[in-house]
Amino acid sequence: MRFRVVKKPDISQKQYLLIMLAAILLALVTSGLFILLLGFNPLSVYKTMLLGAFGTEYRIQQTVVAAIPLIIISLGIAIAFKMKFWNIGGEGQVIMGAFCASYLALNYQHLPRPLLLSLMIVAGFIGGALWGLIPAFLKAKWDTNETIVTLMLNYVALKWVTYLQYGPWKDPASLGFPKIANFAENAILPKLFGVHVGWVIALVLTVIMYIFMNYSKKGFEIAVIGESINTARYAGVNIFRTIIFTMLLSGGLCGLAGMIQASAVNNTLSVEVAGGVGYTAIITAWLGALKPHWIVVVSVLFAAMVQGGSYIQTAFGISAASASIIQAMILFFVLGSDFFTKYKVVIESNLLADRKGAK
Amino acid sequence: MSGVLTVAFLKAAIIAGTPLLFATVGEIITEKVGNLNLGVEGMMLMGAVIGFQVAHVTSNPLLALIAAALAGAMGALIYAFLAVSLRANQVVTGLALTIFGTGFSSFIGKGLIGIKLSDEFSAYFSSIKIPGLGDIPVIGEIFFNHDILVYLGYLTAILTGLYMYNTRKGLNMRAVGENPAAADAASVRITAYKYAHILLGGALCGIGGAYLSLVQVPVWQENITAGRGWIAVALVIFAAWNPYKALIGSYFFGGLDIIGFRLQGTGVQISQYFVDMLPYLMTIFVLVLVSLKKDRKNAPPQGLSVPYFREER
Repeated sequence: MRFRVVKKPDISQKQYLLIMLAAILLALVTSGLFILLLGFNPLSVYKTMLLGAFGTEYRIQQTVVAAIPLIIISLGIAIAFKMKFWNIGGEGQVIMGAFCASYLALNYQHLPRPLLLSLMIVAGFIGGALWGLIPAFLKAKWDTNETIVTLMLNYVALKWVTYLQYGPWKDPASLGFPKIANFAENAILPKLFGVHVGWVIALVLTVIMYIFMNYSKKGFEIAVIGESINTARYAGVNIFRTIIFTMLLSGGLCGLAGMIQASAVNNTLSVEVAGGVGYTAIITAWLGALKPHWIVVVSVLFAAMVQGGSYIQTAFGISAASASIIQAMILFFVLGSDFFTKYKVVIESNLLADRKGAK
Repeated sequence: MSGVLTVAFLKAAIIAGTPLLFATVGEIITEKVGNLNLGVEGMMLMGAVIGFQVAHVTSNPLLALIAAALAGAMGALIYAFLAVSLRANQVVTGLALTIFGTGFSSFIGKGLIGIKLSDEFSAYFSSIKIPGLGDIPVIGEIFFNHDILVYLGYLTAILTGLYMYNTRKGLNMRAVGENPAAADAASVRITAYKYAHILLGGALCGIGGAYLSLVQVPVWQENITAGRGWIAVALVIFAAWNPYKALIGSYFFGGLDIIGFRLQGTGVQISQYFVDMLPYLMTIFVLVLVSLKKDRKNAPPQGLSVPYFREER
């Protein structure tokens, strides 16, 4: 008796969802075993995580605050991934967006608040877009490997802001402590229902990106390039321009998230402005199947996991790094489960019968 | 020799390039069977932390290295299962492995931060001068007066080259990466070849990470690899999937890695942070150069990142 893999006909959305849910459940069970190994009760750890993320109004607000950058960056990454342009430079694009917005915040704080904030939003978008333009141009022109270029640019951006923070932008009032001055009130995004307005921006962007990806010509062209660059070429898509456009948009969204983080969350620019969220967003974008509405759901869940993760650190003394292990575990299981949406395993002796059945 | 390019600098460049060399050769082996594993950074971190933990507890260098290799191979096993058996997207699976490895190492390494390995342990990795070769002026000091792992690095690259280009199994292995359907038809066991080489590649990444934590730094610090895994992925392209060329690339980038300290010593007025950008900027620069001159000899394996499915051939 041998096992064999055969292709499965296309499955319904409901079956797809079921398989995904099963994968997440399995990931939680596996992570649970890991927690058990650490000597804790996984159920009470998970329960505490949930409480840490949603237990009080304040915690819910904190979870939303954590979800905002994830949603916006994931949207940016999703549009690039849709084109099979592996932009893993979200982190750097966030940092450069934050840098450009901070330049305005620190030098033009006398401007009226709505004007200054609007300019900062534009600057953030441009900063990220230009950082995304570099790998896009290299890819479109010479087919340079974008995965590595985007990643290297993350480190360059990080070093750049470190330089500013420890050098020319260091706040003279901070008594030698390496930090950049806090923004004036004018440069800080206002709050709406207890959370900064970034959540409104995130939701509006989700709707815009949903429409863009599903109902616009450009969105369709991006998807065609992702499916097959040759098909796109035969269909008359301008590959060069589409790659540039997509990465300006992708980097721009990440940069906008950087502006929001610097303005509303940190109230200044620092090396911590991205803090790894550019990498987490890769997971959320993929788990959301590169679809804007699912990205919102997954991002909120992941934000909850991060908040819950830091909460179990205080409650149980389990390292917050365990949250990122659980996240990666979920991603592993979902990646693996994709197989079961496309193929099925049959026992060799039944293969003939199965093939007849398929006809 | 004056200025920056002193014998001491070149010797230090070899040391700094050694973790890159192990990881680059590991990734070459992996990509040669048609699998792009972007989890190098993650596997290096897993090897680094497990190696350090075992070294800290047992003070046995051999055990530490074996444990590091196994940790890297474990990471590679996750990747292989997903990308080979379950045909998951290789890019995303590799990224997931890096995220996992980073979390894993900061989780295990939580209690190790700031701990230094004992002097007796470090003594196992003191320099050994190779008789004869080590006495050649300049060259001997740069290349043949090192710790044992540097020599293991030379050996790994050379043996991998011999294996790939001069043995039957090496030919099969390259066939699996270039044209799996043809290899399958010649009854090469595709899945077994893929698994074996991916695991071996992971083990080498683990050793590369362990070289950082056991020899180069000997103090545990979070995210000890600082992007070296990614530089290794780029070096594979730079070396055109050739382990001999990986030697040159790794030591060159090793030099870039440490050039900052040297420049400061010579009184050049440049911010440390800009010097720190150098390896990353150079990686981009080198990639662009390589992509400018495209020829068949430097091309990636044909079957790279395409999952093989017998029924679809």
